[in-house]
Amino acid sequence: MKHLLSATDLDASTATLVLDTAAEMATLAGREVKKLPTLRGRTVVNLFYEDSTRTRISFEAAAKRLSADVINFSAKGSSVSKGESLKDTALTLQAMGADAVVIRHPASGAPHRLSTWVAGSVVNAGDGTHEHPTQALLDAYTMRSRLGRLAGLSVAIVGDVLHSRVARSNVHLLATLGAKVTLVGPPTLIPPDLRTEVSYDLDAVLPDADVVMMLRVQRERMAASYFPSAREYARRYGLDGPRMRRLPDHAIVMHPGPMNRGMEIAPEVADSARSTIVEQVANGVSVRMAVLYLLLGGKS
Amino acid sequence: MTQYLLKGAQLPSGERADILVKDGVIAEGSAKDAQIIDADGLVALPGLVDLHTHLREPGREDAETVETGSRAAALGGYTAVCAMANTSPVADTAGVVEQVYRLGREAGLVDVQPVGAVTVGLAGERLAELGAMATSAAQVRIFSDDGHCVADPRLMRRALEYVKAFDGVIAQHAEEPRLTEGAQMHEGEVATRLGLTGWPAVAEEAIIARDVLLAEHVGSRLHVCHVSTAGSVEVLRQAKARGVRVTAEVTPHHLLLTDERATSYDPVFKVNPPLRTQADVEALRQALREGVIDVVATDHAPHAVEDKECEWAYARPGMLGLETALSIAVDVLGPDWDLIAERMSRTPARIAGLDGHGHDIKTGAPANLTLVDPAARRVVDPSDSASRSRNTPYAGMTLPARVVATFLRGEATVLDGKAVR
Ligand SMILES: [Zn+2]
Repeated sequence: MKHLLSATDLDASTATLVLDTAAEMATLAGREVKKLPTLRGRTVVNLFYEDSTRTRISFEAAAKRLSADVINFSAKGSSVSKGESLKDTALTLQAMGADAVVIRHPASGAPHRLSTWVAGSVVNAGDGTHEHPTQALLDAYTMRSRLGRLAGLSVAIVGDVLHSRVARSNVHLLATLGAKVTLVGPPTLIPPDLRTEVSYDLDAVLPDADVVMMLRVQRERMAASYFPSAREYARRYGLDGPRMRRLPDHAIVMHPGPMNRGMEIAPEVADSARSTIVEQVANGVSVRMAVLYLLLGGKS
Repeated sequence: MTQYLLKGAQLPSGERADILVKDGVIAEGSAKDAQIIDADGLVALPGLVDLHTHLREPGREDAETVETGSRAAALGGYTAVCAMANTSPVADTAGVVEQVYRLGREAGLVDVQPVGAVTVGLAGERLAELGAMATSAAQVRIFSDDGHCVADPRLMRRALEYVKAFDGVIAQHAEEPRLTEGAQMHEGEVATRLGLTGWPAVAEEAIIARDVLLAEHVGSRLHVCHVSTAGSVEVLRQAKARGVRVTAEVTPHHLLLTDERATSYDPVFKVNPPLRTQADVEALRQALREGVIDVVATDHAPHAVEDKECEWAYARPGMLGLETALSIAVDVLGPDWDLIAERMSRTPARIAGLDGHGHDIKTGAPANLTLVDPAARRVVDPSDSASRSRNTPYAGMTLPARVVATFLRGEATVLDGKAVR
């Protein structure tokens, strides 16, 4: 594997290898010295065109725990904000000897374009409304560690699927790993052609779900008539306490963050024992270590 | 003036003939002073006419000029092109259309017939001085806000009515703008997978349906630019069956390429309207054969490198077309030369009111013609293009047929497959 641009780049055995490697990486976190020498002398660039402190810090921690040199290139205060093209930035990174570029970008496909201009590996850290493959990997990792398996799990992904890169990557990866995905939300926000189950009725889906993944819903979507009001959205598709209690006892509740408490998820649910939201963050570092390790570790 | 004798050329009718080009017309009589061109195995077509060309001058001379676009056109077998109005400044006054017209004359490689904007600044708010453009030296007959849709139904109605006074036609870029805000590619499975905002087929079909009803209501001519969907074909089929005076064009790229091309995220495949599905491609081909779609028009849209070597969402839409259109028509329609002459020369000349073009090759007709080698195969190399831009979507593809020579009013603009100047 040269790049990680899409969850569709991963077949079942590669995806499982990432998750198994992440599990090994996680054991590091319990040790006194949290570093491995694996990527010493290698350079990882975090190229962020969108503010996302959470994701950037996660990748930065992952690279540093593997002893890589990390350069943070953010859109603010760099040549990027002065209108330099992605291609020119790519050539600069190339000249700096970047072994891997982790890119977050508001335009779908920007990581694909970048991968045609640099020699190093490109990791998609979220592009537009396309994909966010390491988020899907950490979600799968979290499900597997909580529920012991992925094959056969019923996963409901609830909310603004249309604009969600997290949902796209999860649909692909979970299908690869044998889980059954149902997309739930108002018809305006569920694209009809993702080749997976669709339901417009959250209450009907909950009793059979092993996992409920709540997506962030931006209030701006109301202005474009995707739904009438936050109140109506929360009433029809928000996960509150009574709804949570319709879930099977073992079921977990996930959210990629950042949350709109009171909109798609009630505080009572976010803070419940079913919620994996905090461990998703911790698992993110392990999974990203695994990805960087597998992309770069074999070389040099 | 050099005389040419094209020996043994095949005409669209299938007959073979020696064609004497003399004093700007197809002549009879002595050919003793003529330069002889061996046309054995070549097909002579009436010079091609493009209803939809973006020449970018004035304003974006880094992407194309009237001269470089004219050269690309001649190399593609064209003797006339209609230059779209979305220049900077916009061709919405007699002054700008006359400037473009004059630049075309100076280049002298094809007849450049300016298209006038329907509305001031293409803003879709009030009519441009259509009559002034019609009576200018450029004698504008086609009016279009191409790049933008004349979305306001009242304004569209008035435009259709107003141009009847000088036998004008409104060429509509059919795109309901409220349905395509932020749109990046055809709305469908591929767009969903790629996370690119969809441009739904219905945004085109709804405008065409509205406009054929408006044209019917006021008894005017309507021309529909770059039809791209199977649904649009059905709307047009029904309108024509009712006798509505509507004509329509399809681009070479919509006849050949599909939305799957976007999977590369290479914006060379970004175009407006977007590449559609294989089912749309099949419907467009069938409609072109049947005449529901009247014309192949290139929508030749040169763009500078920096407007294409970037993220998909930031790239400008459009692709080159003049030098490859004939090859794609041959690829799609087969070597049916009479049909190709109809769809690429006679009919577009008639729609544009270009009296000197689109004539059959016979004695006395203006010597606007092109010689094509139907047996040739060529691999498209963007760096070979005469256009100032390189955004061809066909790079590396092998296409049939090659233009050997083109004549504009008896003067060679292309000989041996090369522009004479
Ligand atoms: Zn257009």
